[in-house]
Amino acid sequence: MTTPSTPLAAALALSTALAAAPALSQDSALSGTLTIFSDMSNPAPRAVMEDMAARFDEMHPDLEVELTIIDREAYKTQIRNFLTANPPDVANWYAANRMRPYVAAGLFEDVSDLWAEPEIAENLASTKGAMTLDGKQWGVPYTYYQWGVYYREDIHEDLGLEEPETWEELKANCQALLDSGRKCFAIGTKFLWTAGGWFDYINMRTHGYDFHMALTNGEVEWTDPRVRETFANWRELIDMGAFIDNHQSYSWQEALPFMVNGEAAAYLMGNFAVAPLREAGLGDDQLDFYQFPAINPDVEMAEDAPTDTFHIPAGADNKEAAREFLRFVVSADNQTRINAGDALGQLPVNSAASIDDDEMLRQGFEMLSENSPGGIAQFFDRDAPAEMASVAMEGFQEFMVFPDNLDAILDRLETARQRIY
Amino acid sequence: MTTATLPDTHADRGRGTWIRRNRQMLAPILFLAPGVLFFLLYVIFPIVESFQISFYRWDGLGEPQFIGLENYGELGSDPAFETSLWNNLKWLVLYLLAIPGGLFIALFLNQTVTGIRIYKSLFFFPFVISQVVVGLVFTWFYDPTFGLLNTMLEAIGLGPVNVLGDPRLATYGIILAGLWPQVAYCMILYLTGLNAVDPEQVEAARLDGAKGWRMLWFVIIPQLRPATFIAFGVTIIGALRSFDLISIMTNGGPFGSTRVLSFYMFEKALGEYGFRMGYGAAIAVVLFLIMLVFIAYFLWSMWRDEREARKG
Repeated sequence: MTTPSTPLAAALALSTALAAAPALSQDSALSGTLTIFSDMSNPAPRAVMEDMAARFDEMHPDLEVELTIIDREAYKTQIRNFLTANPPDVANWYAANRMRPYVAAGLFEDVSDLWAEPEIAENLASTKGAMTLDGKQWGVPYTYYQWGVYYREDIHEDLGLEEPETWEELKANCQALLDSGRKCFAIGTKFLWTAGGWFDYINMRTHGYDFHMALTNGEVEWTDPRVRETFANWRELIDMGAFIDNHQSYSWQEALPFMVNGEAAAYLMGNFAVAPLREAGLGDDQLDFYQFPAINPDVEMAEDAPTDTFHIPAGADNKEAAREFLRFVVSADNQTRINAGDALGQLPVNSAASIDDDEMLRQGFEMLSENSPGGIAQFFDRDAPAEMASVAMEGFQEFMVFPDNLDAILDRLETARQRIY
Repeated sequence: MTTATLPDTHADRGRGTWIRRNRQMLAPILFLAPGVLFFLLYVIFPIVESFQISFYRWDGLGEPQFIGLENYGELGSDPAFETSLWNNLKWLVLYLLAIPGGLFIALFLNQTVTGIRIYKSLFFFPFVISQVVVGLVFTWFYDPTFGLLNTMLEAIGLGPVNVLGDPRLATYGIILAGLWPQVAYCMILYLTGLNAVDPEQVEAARLDGAKGWRMLWFVIIPQLRPATFIAFGVTIIGALRSFDLISIMTNGGPFGSTRVLSFYMFEKALGEYGFRMGYGAAIAVVLFLIMLVFIAYFLWSMWRDEREARKG
């Protein structure tokens, strides 16, 4: 799981020694060791992280950067141990309510001072809300990605279907697809969270961002008639047979072949689904993207765009260097570089950074910056507290299989809500 | 004990003699000490600690907060806990099928034919492979679209069944997967047991006209009692700690219908959305108490056997 840490300084000592003289003239020369624990363990993110650590090390000759990359899933439980027992100077995590346990326990450093600096305040304004809890900022984002409907362009063209802009159009398209012997949407709900994406969108399109946030913050009862309206809209699709059968037996990856084989025509997913779809052989003329259509025309469009983050643990030794690293991570140049198509292939958080010329990223960026006036949500399991999220997403899965159980499900969620908040 | 008759002459020789005097008692204590120490540290202490944590509300990070029996009260009204308890019961009852299953395969294989060793190894094979692999193999077997089960059902004209996706069937599907290696385990226990069956008794029974089921029931099975005892023990414990298959095959789903206590405890205390240490500990305590019933029974019956053996 854990890889041995990489003492990059040793390898770079020679090259930095040559550049040392001018660097020393800087008034804030950083020294000591900067330890970074990262969960960027997949191949592409790993290369990005290693590259960032190496470049930062090179910039600061007296500073030794020690990077430890931990398996992304294992990290979710290990972070609890190392934050209390052996805190690094910088650690990865996620935005919004996912930070709350560590903020509440006083394990993350308040970095509001960084957010007061003009460079960050101006360029990172769009993600400030996601990093704010109790009126303070607890870390910086380094990447985010859009959610939306990825669909088979070629199948839609064959049937003469346009990208839907309203709920009626979406259902009409879906009916046409069903008539052609295909399913409308691929989904795999074995690990539950994918159903959370559908709930996010239908709820935000039915009642708007503010209602959705109130619900995930526990301010609205799950038995509220407005929540039932959301489920009623969802049920229209379920009753049509829009989703693939037996989705409760598949993970999201296992559901990809339905889309690749053309048995299902679209997939509501995060942008990370694009890479495996392309690898499976779908070309640019076969794969396209549209924003989840409006359901209630009076509601402003709002999107899910989960943000991944860096934090400074409260027990860090070298907080000065850690702050400098956070500044470095969000700087426009670095943002352009790490979010490029050949690196993370996602959206930069700094508005001064440029976006890779990728069909999906471009559309996603336009959608988030111009067509999401309602707000940007993180994702159901990051906006709602962990416990509520697990109970609720299990309910969503049950609803998708047995829509008739809705009353029992909502009662259960309401009981959970009253206990958790 | 014999040295105690001469206490005065030895008393002035100091500590060395105390050791010598108590050698009979010290030696076993010293030999037992490492085992006892580790048992206390890694078994008894965590049990006590679990009991203690179950009275607290604790997320593993902040200060634990004493809430008395509230966790247990919540268990009483938690539908997921109830489901887990029922599933544990299903596991307990159905897993015991491994014992007759193992016995019959063992009887079948207990013959001298060329290559019997190969057949025995083949039957034992499922027990050798990891539970994770067993889980994966059965997941593919049950797969609703391309699984072997549905291909076979289709061939005889029956509709597709999504075993692991149907809350009524999923638990039975997993238990069946669990039985595959467990039957092999019981089979091995019985094969060794059959080696110890007294051929003279079998001969005598045969002369008295016993054969078939009566021979099996009145002559063979009573002699297999030690093997049955162990098979019973390992199967009960195996059923109660079933975890890996559930985690691999359904991850507790669909909608929590295949959870058992150990899996639910893990989810609540250590899973991605969990970290309710107190609640998890309360589930662990309930599971421990259930296991205690069986453990107590086994200890009691072992003690009884030993006492009888000493008498005889």
